[in-house]
Amino acid sequence: MSELILTVKDLTVKFDKHKILDNLSFDVVRDGTVTVVGPNGAGKTVLFKCLLGIIPFTGEISWVSDAKIGYVPQKLSVAADLPITVLEFLKLKDSDLKKIEEIMAQVGFKQNAEHIHHDMRVLKSRLGSLSGGELQRILMAYALLGDPNVLLLDEPTAGVDIKGEETFYNLFAKLKKDVDLTIIFITHDKEVVEKYADTVIKLNHEH
Amino acid sequence: MNTNLIFLLFIGALVGASSAYLGSFMVLKRMSLVGDALSHVALPGIAIALTFGINPMLGALFTLLIATFAIWYMSEHSEVYPEALVGVFFTASLSLGLLLTPQPELLEALFGNIDKIGLQDGILTLVGAIIIFVVTLIFSKKLLLGVVSEDLAKSQKINISSVNLIYLLLVALVVALGVKFLGTLLTGAMVIIPAATAKNLAKSIKGFHFLAIGFGITSSVVGILTAKFYGISSGPAVVLTAVAFFIISYLIKRR
Repeated sequence: MSELILTVKDLTVKFDKHKILDNLSFDVVRDGTVTVVGPNGAGKTVLFKCLLGIIPFTGEISWVSDAKIGYVPQKLSVAADLPITVLEFLKLKDSDLKKIEEIMAQVGFKQNAEHIHHDMRVLKSRLGSLSGGELQRILMAYALLGDPNVLLLDEPTAGVDIKGEETFYNLFAKLKKDVDLTIIFITHDKEVVEKYADTVIKLNHEH
Repeated sequence: MNTNLIFLLFIGALVGASSAYLGSFMVLKRMSLVGDALSHVALPGIAIALTFGINPMLGALFTLLIATFAIWYMSEHSEVYPEALVGVFFTASLSLGLLLTPQPELLEALFGNIDKIGLQDGILTLVGAIIIFVVTLIFSKKLLLGVVSEDLAKSQKINISSVNLIYLLLVALVVALGVKFLGTLLTGAMVIIPAATAKNLAKSIKGFHFLAIGFGITSSVVGILTAKFYGISSGPAVVLTAVAFFIISYLIKRR
């Protein structure tokens, strides 16, 4: 059996008296690809917030000691007039410009020499002016800047057009090949689940 | 230009710069009203200070710190939206302050009087401004990440709640620095207006902070000089100068 990177036991989350997650238990193996599926309100995002330690829960969540988590949130509602450039945003995580450029290339902003200027333009544009697909890749770059070995992706392609989705999953497949990564992601897309996941966690909350 | 005017311009520039720098985060955090309302909490403190013959800035700082802790605590531990809480504090302390402040000093407490600023106030302002710039610089990345996404910040184990408290304490400090210069009713304006002006024009965070501080300093200096030249009250002159910059920036943005 492969080595485990995460063990979740009897995870329960209550908001008021409402149980969002009820005695959830599962394991994740190192370098596995896990999808979390389920209808809206089933607690998928809540599960992520527990895994990140953002919200209180009962039960047990144990990551191995060397787990370094990168998180890509579902949506970032950045106001269009928020005066922060993509580069300034990425520098909040790591101010090493060379590393930023490398990771920008990794998330597909510099596929070949012709696109070098395109890459630079994105870094200088406002975070709030990006398209859904671009923002998603920038968030991915932000997560990767922390050198994670675990990625938590919350519906990474929600609100992204088909072309953007394709780019994203190509990147996803490439990352899996290049880097040792455990990926846990939320999706509604059955095709994606079949194509990429080796484990599926189904949340089906009865209200 | 006499030494006293240079001193006053220096104090004005310090207050303008530090309030605008802090205000730039406040405008991003969409809590502009907090700065404005907090400034009114200074009034009862000034009244108490006047009664006991201590420096009004220290009196203001005292009530501001109490109010800051109270607002922070309640926003962390209650379901009531903080802005409503701030509104409650504001009206309560303004009323209390109006009753407590001795009549002859009331106008000064409300709108400031730059001619009453002495050396001790100058030193307090300088020390306060240094604290504000140093602490804000240390926390600026965390503050900014909290503005972009609280979840992202929390996922990096940043304690948003303590960052917010430290930030609010700095706002209390900057308001206390401004009370003698601009008075309790106008100090909040200098936290918000230069930052709002900068936001209309800036394309990056660096530019935003730079412009905000620039507008803060320029508004203070131009306002004080105008007030001296025409023999009018300096507080309103400074605020109206800042408003003029805001209107121009708004028109540029609309273009």
